[in-house]
Amino acid sequence: MGKKLLSEKFYSAMTTLESRYPSKVALLLPALHAAQDEFGWLSPEILEEVGDFIGIHPAQVREVASFYTMYNLKPVGKYHLKVCTNVACCLRGSEELVQHCEKKFGIQVGETTRDKKFTLVEEECLGACGTAPAMMLNDDYHENLTVSKLDQLLDHLE
Amino acid sequence: METPETLFIQYFNEESRPLAFYQKNMAGYTAVKKALTLSPDDIISEMKKSNMRGRGGAGFPTGMKWGFIPKQSPKAKYLVCNADESEPGTFKDRDIMRYTPHLLIEGMVIGGFAIGAHHGYIYIRGEYTREAKLLDQAIQEAYDAGYLGKNIQGSGFDFDLTVHRGAGAYICGEETGLLNSLEGKRGEPRVKPPFPAQAGAFGGPTIVNNVETLAAVPYIINRGGEWFSGLGKLEKSGGTRLFCVSGHVKKPGVYELGAGSVTLRQLIYDHCHGILGDKKLKAVIPGGSSAPVLTADEIDVIADIEPLMKIGTMLGSAAILVVSEDYCVVKLLQRITRFYAHESCGQCTPCREGCKWMEDIIERIEHGHGREEDLAMLLDISNNISGRTLCALGDAAAGPVMSFVKKFRADFEAHIRGGKCPNV
Repeated sequence: MGKKLLSEKFYSAMTTLESRYPSKVALLLPALHAAQDEFGWLSPEILEEVGDFIGIHPAQVREVASFYTMYNLKPVGKYHLKVCTNVACCLRGSEELVQHCEKKFGIQVGETTRDKKFTLVEEECLGACGTAPAMMLNDDYHENLTVSKLDQLLDHLE
Repeated sequence: METPETLFIQYFNEESRPLAFYQKNMAGYTAVKKALTLSPDDIISEMKKSNMRGRGGAGFPTGMKWGFIPKQSPKAKYLVCNADESEPGTFKDRDIMRYTPHLLIEGMVIGGFAIGAHHGYIYIRGEYTREAKLLDQAIQEAYDAGYLGKNIQGSGFDFDLTVHRGAGAYICGEETGLLNSLEGKRGEPRVKPPFPAQAGAFGGPTIVNNVETLAAVPYIINRGGEWFSGLGKLEKSGGTRLFCVSGHVKKPGVYELGAGSVTLRQLIYDHCHGILGDKKLKAVIPGGSSAPVLTADEIDVIADIEPLMKIGTMLGSAAILVVSEDYCVVKLLQRITRFYAHESCGQCTPCREGCKWMEDIIERIEHGHGREEDLAMLLDISNNISGRTLCALGDAAAGPVMSFVKKFRADFEAHIRGGKCPNV
């Protein structure tokens, strides 16, 4: 295959991690996380390179990656908003947050703004029910949200 | 002490996290030193005495579970911590991991020694990125201080610990789905038997325990199984419990109380200061969204395993979702059912198809297009899912539907007949 897309850092981290598991396939989830950290999503080329590294067919990589909601098999915006709309957040007004975001960005849930800045999705329970409603903005939790708190947060993003 | 003793909640703040704090104020890593002088059988017997019942949801006695592990095994044994915390309404393990990670680590070293495992994994849900990093830091501290790795404290016992992140799948909270996910596969539950204690992670004998369960182990070893058992007020349910209360209460959050010492009413009205806006209570889901719902006049029940089972529901992960009178129960059930339809792994037909059918029917009722025969159909579908699937997700989806239709039938009928929600 051609030039590697994943960084040296990726490969050295995976080599370190390899000793922690009795099988190399067990590296698949950590490898997909690390690859996504580098590119923001998992393109077919990246899935293939991960498969090459582990020694499995790209179809097997995709079979696993597509099972989990956190792996982005399509590009996402610079800011990935994952608003929890499960029971506890629903009871605490998360629907209003979702509708507000849809209106603010002019997109529906599951879509990305044309400038590729924001992707909006509904998320299942984030485990922050005591501080509902909650959402994730990329990797970070934001809790006890209101529409105005959300606006403050979003309006400060570059 | 005048106030009942708690193990966790007083440490749920940032200062408790470092190893230095843990050693200075929480007798940190003294239990593991003690445990390494005991025999594995003694530790398991102490766990049995403690009446600790798994805090993940099933409530299985931990000591008995550890006892299932074969003494001799040609394959490596593993201890796996289920930190997937995916049952909607549950948010206690996150606090243990971010504030008292060393309790969990020490509990795992002791557990590993007791079952003869030399490697442990903490399978943490992917969304807890920050908590996974904090655990990694704490694990590094423990390695540096000689509480993990080779020849721990000169005992000759080796134990390594690795954090493994999930990637967004409710089903990975099911222990065999979790093990598949740990092995780099789709998180589809396995056919049982064999149970994990015979063939679990990577084919080796494996024990899977919840975070809260393992984090209590240092206390049990240091202060004894009998002491721990005595913290609980019921015969077969020891220790304290972390209750997660959310929804329409004035003070949602994690509450730690002796197992079996409190009723749902006391939790909601005394500890959480009652319902938001002093409204009337409509419904309580007492054990995570899988638990059958209770009405407002059923809450004078002790919030523990057997008392809740007796009235047809379950304590589950002790996640209590509280709903006030002005929230539509049809809409609530629609949300719950959508979740299970989304999270069904698709292996078993009754669950894969049935959850989607239930979602569609409840959605049309909620949107005013319900039909007279819909409630009978919902009960028929849920009956045909329940007990007919490899894992508990099928039952988890069926239980809410059956109980909501049974207990709030008038609300569903009003939607069907009136073509809209009567509360709007």
